[in-house]
Amino acid sequence: MNKPIRTISLFCLVLFLALMLNATYLMYVRSGELTADPQNRRVITAAFSRERGAILVGKDAVARSVPSDDQYDFQRTYPQPFKYAPLTGYFSYYSQSGIERSQNDVLSGEDSRLFVTRLVDMLSNTDPQGGNVQLTIDPEAQTAAFEGLRALGEDVQGAVVAIEPATGKILAMVSNPTYDPNTLASHDFGSVEDSYQALEQDPAEPLINRGIGTTLPPGSTFKLVTAAAAIESGDYDAQSMVPGGASFQLPQSTTKVGNQGGGDCGGNRITLTQALQVSCNVTFMSLADELGIEAMTEQAEKFGFNSTSLEDLPGQARSLYPPDMDEPQTALSGIGQSSVTATPLQMAMVSAGIANDGVVMRPYVVDEVRAPNLSLLDKTSESELSEAVSPSTADDLTEMMVATVDDGTAYAAAIPGVRVAGKTGTAESTDTRPPYAWFTSFAPADDPKVAVAVLVQSSDTAPGDIAGGRLGGPIAKAVMEAVLNP
Amino acid sequence: MSQDHTLMGFVHRRRRGAELFLLLLALAVGIGAYAAVGLGMEGTIPADIVGYGGWLTALIVVAHVAIRIFAPYADPVLLPLVAALNGLGLAVIHRLDLDNTSQCVDNGDFARQQLIWMTLGVVLFVATLGLLRDHRLLQRLTYTTGLAAIVLLLLPMVPIVGNTVNGAKIWISVGPFSFQPGEVAKVLLVIAFAGYLVLHRDALALAGRRVLFIDLPRGRDLGPILGMWAVSMFILVFQRDLGSSLLFFGIFLIMLYVATERPGWLVVGTVLFAVGAFAGWRAFGHVQNRVNIWLDPMAYYDQNPGSGQLVEGLFGMGWGGLIGRGFGGGAPCRIPYAESDFIVPAIGEELGLTAVMAIIVCYGLIVERALRIALISRDGFGKLMAVGLGSIFALQVFVVVGGVTGLIPLTGLTTPFLSYGGSSLVANWVVIALLLRISDQARRPVPRLSADDSDTGSDSESTQVVKLR
Repeated sequence: MNKPIRTISLFCLVLFLALMLNATYLMYVRSGELTADPQNRRVITAAFSRERGAILVGKDAVARSVPSDDQYDFQRTYPQPFKYAPLTGYFSYYSQSGIERSQNDVLSGEDSRLFVTRLVDMLSNTDPQGGNVQLTIDPEAQTAAFEGLRALGEDVQGAVVAIEPATGKILAMVSNPTYDPNTLASHDFGSVEDSYQALEQDPAEPLINRGIGTTLPPGSTFKLVTAAAAIESGDYDAQSMVPGGASFQLPQSTTKVGNQGGGDCGGNRITLTQALQVSCNVTFMSLADELGIEAMTEQAEKFGFNSTSLEDLPGQARSLYPPDMDEPQTALSGIGQSSVTATPLQMAMVSAGIANDGVVMRPYVVDEVRAPNLSLLDKTSESELSEAVSPSTADDLTEMMVATVDDGTAYAAAIPGVRVAGKTGTAESTDTRPPYAWFTSFAPADDPKVAVAVLVQSSDTAPGDIAGGRLGGPIAKAVMEAVLNP
Repeated sequence: MSQDHTLMGFVHRRRRGAELFLLLLALAVGIGAYAAVGLGMEGTIPADIVGYGGWLTALIVVAHVAIRIFAPYADPVLLPLVAALNGLGLAVIHRLDLDNTSQCVDNGDFARQQLIWMTLGVVLFVATLGLLRDHRLLQRLTYTTGLAAIVLLLLPMVPIVGNTVNGAKIWISVGPFSFQPGEVAKVLLVIAFAGYLVLHRDALALAGRRVLFIDLPRGRDLGPILGMWAVSMFILVFQRDLGSSLLFFGIFLIMLYVATERPGWLVVGTVLFAVGAFAGWRAFGHVQNRVNIWLDPMAYYDQNPGSGQLVEGLFGMGWGGLIGRGFGGGAPCRIPYAESDFIVPAIGEELGLTAVMAIIVCYGLIVERALRIALISRDGFGKLMAVGLGSIFALQVFVVVGGVTGLIPLTGLTTPFLSYGGSSLVANWVVIALLLRISDQARRPVPRLSADDSDTGSDSESTQVVKLR
């Protein structure tokens, strides 16, 4: 009977080897995949209880973990919830958004850059701690933007984005209506569920960061892109004579499109500067028609349309300039209508690109990543996204925008003693909704420190009263002043 | 049995000192784990460490002394392996008791109960060694044990004492005690198989038709295997117990193959089992369910009946990684029944791949020792019993560990010595006692017999001197 016993021994050896190989495969090879599985509550429960790192703006934490005496060791709190919610996002037991999500590895302490810290924690048997994330946000500018937008009404729908043109640092990003992430970070999961349902079903969509997540026709602010394309073509400069007049006959169509308010822009032949000053629709439709879809698309994409650029904050929607529009659509796109859509961030990038001698910098919001002991782990380096226009074109556009503030529609953004460059916009999407008010500007014109874009989607003011300059101008002015005079 | 003579000249050493040393290591595992649980869960070494450690030590020492007295030549590795596994199991169950989250809330004091069961197990271990001085006495009880096993298997079907837990009818309740008769039945079945096969092995070994270099058995000899197959199918169909069904049939098949030395039986048995399994898969939703979950566990995570338990176990083991989260650092209470069927994932989560490997190796060594005992045993009955008892561990560990790690479809079986559960623990201690008894007989020096040494006839088995009391 010994021969079969030896065979059975081999058989048992195979069984146990199979068990060991499978255990190794499961617990070593597949370990990462299992831990990353969204259904895995273990990881999030542990992360939920851990001392998570802080999200810092200036010297203040806008999100931090404080000791808690219930079943979890720490409670996530947001000291300035409404103002910073679009940036910080929320950290709930079920999900995360914003910086809480994009920087989760650092904040939770799992990031590979924190390996040494983690090792020390493990050896000294102390609870692991997350790293801190320093944002590029200027707290003064953020406050100015938030209060300026809220001054139009508690439930005004809009957003403000400010960028430092030379670096791409986002200095302010405000979205309204907003929400209180503290209600979602609570340890009372029942109330978290209720709050989340209420926020998600709110037609005003408070969970969306309108600064980067909402795309709408940019209206007259897009005329900056059309003007840039025109000057870049080599056929125009700031003083070139361009078609004005009361209306523009759309190609392949019987429709005539007029100017805002029905005027004739001051004559049938006007300078390009004057056309921008009075925001002349006829001029920019005919320019777009003349330049054609290819040149327009190329110029729009150089400013960042049709792609996403923000890497450290989730939820950026793609601003669109569809390259397959027909001739009448192309003409309409010259004034930011038809299928052109943009986020406030995109329009801020247009201004910032013009301000930065034509170079668009990649926008970013995470400035530094620090270990729990505050040693620097990583600092985001600025990078060039594209060269949108030549420096001379940028100079021409800057002068035209300064003229628009000094003697044109963008007067509301004027700051005494500072040369401000700006452009208004009012866009209509459908007949039933009020128009959107846009405003974008930068200052000082000679050495730009800040570029701003403001979008007011709807407000408590009457529909007829909406003009980009009147609603958005004062907010942009306040933000620029906050940056220039800290 | 020709090799018996080559072994004659070699005298096994008792190695009781080695056993004692290994037992000290095993105790270090058990008591160390208990202390680590206290440190991890409550921050201090538990206050009752002396009482607990003392009790555990006393049990192990009693078992060791019993071996010294009743089976001095027995294998020195088996008891330390068992002591280490049982000690680790106790610590892990204690750790789950201390957890006050989710599934573990109402666990109460499983560890204390398990320690009582272990005490009973050791008592029966000592009693088995002390009362059963020669395993061949059990051969007389072939049909008695067989009948008893069948009665025990049927008991859960009896209306009053039978008890359905989680869909499986494998429990009986007598007063406040509940009991899984299948755990005892498997030991009795091994004894009955061994007794039956050692008598009928010659007839069963007769060759029938030859197909592809393998001699298939004769048709008229198919009776026993068909009978056992029917019992397995009965358990599968009426008790909905996949694991036990596979275990019983597997043990029988292995013992039949060892007794007859005919691989043909393996072919017949595998075909029969494949047919049964396929029919079961076609006929029963719960079997299909298990297979579907095995193929894609993640897809059934949120469903009911679904793969939540299995997937939580997989997540736990994945999270444990190489060295584990440490006692108190994981969330094994997310796994339902972490203290019984799913104790290996609970260990994997907190002690890591390292501990899982160590556990598998421990079981592998137990099986290896059992098969070694079978190899050196001088009588057919002892060989068959040792093979059968060793196969219990091999198959049971493969089925349960393979099940919880996703290697094969999940079937409910306890993990020997680790899982919470009195019937299983006590029965396994008795199995170890039986193995040690056979081992003692096999390793004991043969009394010198002057005349018969030259007799190398094929009937040496029947002329062997058997010391019967």
